[in-house]
Amino acid sequence: MPEPMGFFTDTTICIGCKACEVACKNWNQLPSDGGGIKEMSGDSYDNTVRLSGVNWRHVKFIEQFEGPYNGRWLMMSDVCKHCVQAGCLEVCPTGAIIRTQFDTVVIQSDVCNGCRACIAACPFGVIDVNPAAGTAQKCTLCYDRLEVGLEPACSKACPTDSIQFGTITELRTRAQKRVEQLQAQGEKRARLYGDDPNGPLGGLNSFYLLVDEPEVYGLPKDPQLPSRNLKRSGTFAAASGAVLGLLALVGLRKRRMDEIGGGGEGSQN
Amino acid sequence: MSDTFFTASPHWTWFIIPYFFVGGIAGGAYFLAALLQWFGRPEDRPVIRTGYSLAFWGAIISGALLTFDLGKPFRFWHMLFQSENFPNLMFKSWSPISFGAWAILLFGVCAAVSWYGSRAIDGPPKGGALLAKLVAAVGGLFGFFVAGYTGVLLSATNRPIWADSPWLGALFLVSGASTGAAALTVFAPEASDRTIRWLKSFDAQALVVELVVLIVFLASLGSVARVWLGFWGLVLLVGVVWTGILWPLRLHFKPAIAGGGFRNPALMVLLGGFLLRVVVLLASNSIAVHRVASGGGGGG
Repeated sequence: MPEPMGFFTDTTICIGCKACEVACKNWNQLPSDGGGIKEMSGDSYDNTVRLSGVNWRHVKFIEQFEGPYNGRWLMMSDVCKHCVQAGCLEVCPTGAIIRTQFDTVVIQSDVCNGCRACIAACPFGVIDVNPAAGTAQKCTLCYDRLEVGLEPACSKACPTDSIQFGTITELRTRAQKRVEQLQAQGEKRARLYGDDPNGPLGGLNSFYLLVDEPEVYGLPKDPQLPSRNLKRSGTFAAASGAVLGLLALVGLRKRRMDEIGGGGEGSQN
Repeated sequence: MSDTFFTASPHWTWFIIPYFFVGGIAGGAYFLAALLQWFGRPEDRPVIRTGYSLAFWGAIISGALLTFDLGKPFRFWHMLFQSENFPNLMFKSWSPISFGAWAILLFGVCAAVSWYGSRAIDGPPKGGALLAKLVAAVGGLFGFFVAGYTGVLLSATNRPIWADSPWLGALFLVSGASTGAAALTVFAPEASDRTIRWLKSFDAQALVVELVVLIVFLASLGSVARVWLGFWGLVLLVGVVWTGILWPLRLHFKPAIAGGGFRNPALMVLLGGFLLRVVVLLASNSIAVHRVASGGGGGG
């Protein structure tokens, strides 16, 4: 059994070249948006806009400018987090979403029936339907490449090693050293997101080094499993059903008593 | 900002909204018909027949709507059987959409059996009465389950509004009961006056419970409730609260002003029940993935 594999993305050295997006599209033969007629987002150099069924990598451009000469760019290559406790895998009603021997999360397109429950369940907004396939799709962490000992296409193409691929144990050690290095250099905001196996979702097999709050990067502070509401929601629904059943029975009882009081017509069914 | 704002919409729209509505009516109508079968009188039989008929056709329509909504409709059976290990069953008790698929199937079977049995004019044949009641008891539970699990399904996601409150299951279930009762009064023309009076009385009580649960649901949203400050909030207030709950309640308590069209409380309850599903689904769907391009995502 291979060790859990994943990505460590150091956002401080991402230059927004989008080589990862291109490599991902190329290797996975993903179609273009809108048949190749691409509208510009109009508010950023980011024209991919978001992860989707045909964009499994998305380089976010976060512009923090208070004035024309006072600001910074944050760039982050976003991808499926391959959660150790994955919400998509939890809700999938067809068994299409599986955990692989590399501890990654993969959607089997030939099993998925496009119900889209996984889209609503993902706390990161990663999954979407690929209109060409009619099924939900997302990053597979290049499962086909991993099986033959190759590195995923995106990390292979990354020219700055912002996206690093390896065993989770090794990546966590490397990431911790990088945080210490940045903090020693004065970047006190440097922190890891998703590296803690005791943290939300049991840790993420694609984790990040950030230099601001997670929300700034469009990441939830405390991602959770969709099943967190299941017990309470089910209990409240059952309780309201019991109240209604009781009201209905009391109404029937009252009707019967009224009939008896009024002389009693007919007989009990 | 709630963490739910960082998620993507599943685009459950014009197949799922009518499914939630029809499923609620079917479940509520079956439950009431089952109660009448157990504790009612012979004069209730027309309503029992109508209830089972609504449930049967509701289950058929629900299944069809769910299937049409799939990206790959011919793979609908993947929800019931393991496609790679057929005929092993596919069932996840912790996934509402998985146990919901089974619940609709089993509810449909109960509805079909009950409807068939209820078509006998003088009631089920001798010896079949107990069996009919047992099927009605099981089907009644499935009925309430089908009416309510849709809300639980929405709560068991990570989407804004849906996952921000655990009260949607209760709200949809109560709404299913009130719309079920309303549908029975509309579609059971042979019903006796006493049965109709009981249905109207139950509907009024269900509407009061629905109003309470709706208020609790809105309060439980906390800061997320600000999403209602817009078009969908207006629809919720006018379409659901006024048209679907308060106005029919007024018509129930002042029958002298009731009549046809907008003065028919049952029709207003049905309209309100439909609009409830519309606002809950579309208000959340209208919230797109939070964009971070301008760096405005900070602050939490």
